[in-house]
Amino acid sequence: MPKIKLPTKSPKIDMTPMVDLFSVILIFLMLTTTMRQPEPEQIDTPFSISEKPTPDFNVLTVLIGKDDKIFLNFDNGPDTLLKFRPKILAAMGERYNIQFTDKELREFEKYPSGIGVPILKMKDFLNTKSSKDRAVFQTGIPVDSTDNQLALWVLFARQVNPNIQACIKGDTKTDFPIVKKVLDIMQEKNMNKFNLITSLEAAKINLEEIQK
Amino acid sequence: MAEIIQEEKGKGGKHRGKKHPPHIDMTPMVDLMCLLIIFFMLTSAMAKAKVMEITLPEKLKDPNAEPPKISASRTLNIILGPDNKIYWYPGTVKPEDYNNLPPLTETDFSAKGIRQLLLERNIALSRKIEEFKNEVLQGKIVLNPDSVQSGIRKLKKDDDTGPIVLIKAYKDSNYGNFVDILDEMNICGVAHYMLVDITWYENKMVEAAAGITPAPDASKK
Repeated sequence: MPKIKLPTKSPKIDMTPMVDLFSVILIFLMLTTTMRQPEPEQIDTPFSISEKPTPDFNVLTVLIGKDDKIFLNFDNGPDTLLKFRPKILAAMGERYNIQFTDKELREFEKYPSGIGVPILKMKDFLNTKSSKDRAVFQTGIPVDSTDNQLALWVLFARQVNPNIQACIKGDTKTDFPIVKKVLDIMQEKNMNKFNLITSLEAAKINLEEIQK
Repeated sequence: MAEIIQEEKGKGGKHRGKKHPPHIDMTPMVDLMCLLIIFFMLTSAMAKAKVMEITLPEKLKDPNAEPPKISASRTLNIILGPDNKIYWYPGTVKPEDYNNLPPLTETDFSAKGIRQLLLERNIALSRKIEEFKNEVLQGKIVLNPDSVQSGIRKLKKDDDTGPIVLIKAYKDSNYGNFVDILDEMNICGVAHYMLVDITWYENKMVEAAAGITPAPDASKK
């Protein structure tokens, strides 16, 4: 009788359940997360017990870095057709007699993160392609009393989008006087309600202990 | 019998055809999905940042307008100092006391520090809020979450015994301290608090308490 030769097979693993599992994880991640926006500077927000989430639209975010640099960011509004960002830039350009081309306005509309570029350098900034070269222009928005560009940005942002809310994202180590200055500038433009961006931290109080 | 066997044979033949469906190799798909999952995990921010609301009093447009009067006995002044320290004093400083400034008490951001102080002074309101929350939790009062918030807000509005906290910031304090103190106000349920510009005599008081020699160009207006 001839011997029966068993074919030498490598064990085959069925990958289908693994694919199923990965699909579920992938879909979950895609639905629950928001893309992390690259920020011009690393900012560690302070902690608070507040549980109110950041609003999605109509936000004017002022980022205040550790070295007192100020960056601004606003959104395009609930509908991208509203094109709030290019409108604000155009208004700002008109004030400083700078004519922005359509291409530059589009570039500004797409820019995802905070901008800290003085308006006179804005044209160069928008025409620079690589993000590395762009970082050089991010010197912070001037807030001196002689050239208070932050006040003008806030003014035009409110003219273009009257529903805009102020969000302030400061680093824990930011000096208070610069924050106070930003608050004052915005109050001059009649914004009295602020959202301070914080990270969640639980805190418990014990009233019984106090009574003793 | 013979017929039945034949039928079985026929069935068996069909089965054999189905036994080997075209096998698709899933390995590249798994690789791809792994990559996508890693990409999403790295680029996404899981938790959305939270915000703390603060409403500042409107700026007085008329420089001669009188600021609103508040009772001195309920006033608690909190001054954010350098090096994460907090200084506080009760009441107000009258012009005749400028040469004899009240001493500042130093405290810190720990639970035994500023929180203890605020809770002691705000015990009546804190207890009311706590009771209200407990009743909602135990189901004695049935309310939706929005009404709970407005209920607490109403309790705070009606409060007339708790402290009126004036928050002032010395120039060496940082933004973290500012958020922390506002957070303490929320934790302790303080009904009335506001951010006020620091005055020149308070600057002096902080400098005396912290042992800082005042800069020659101190903001003495």
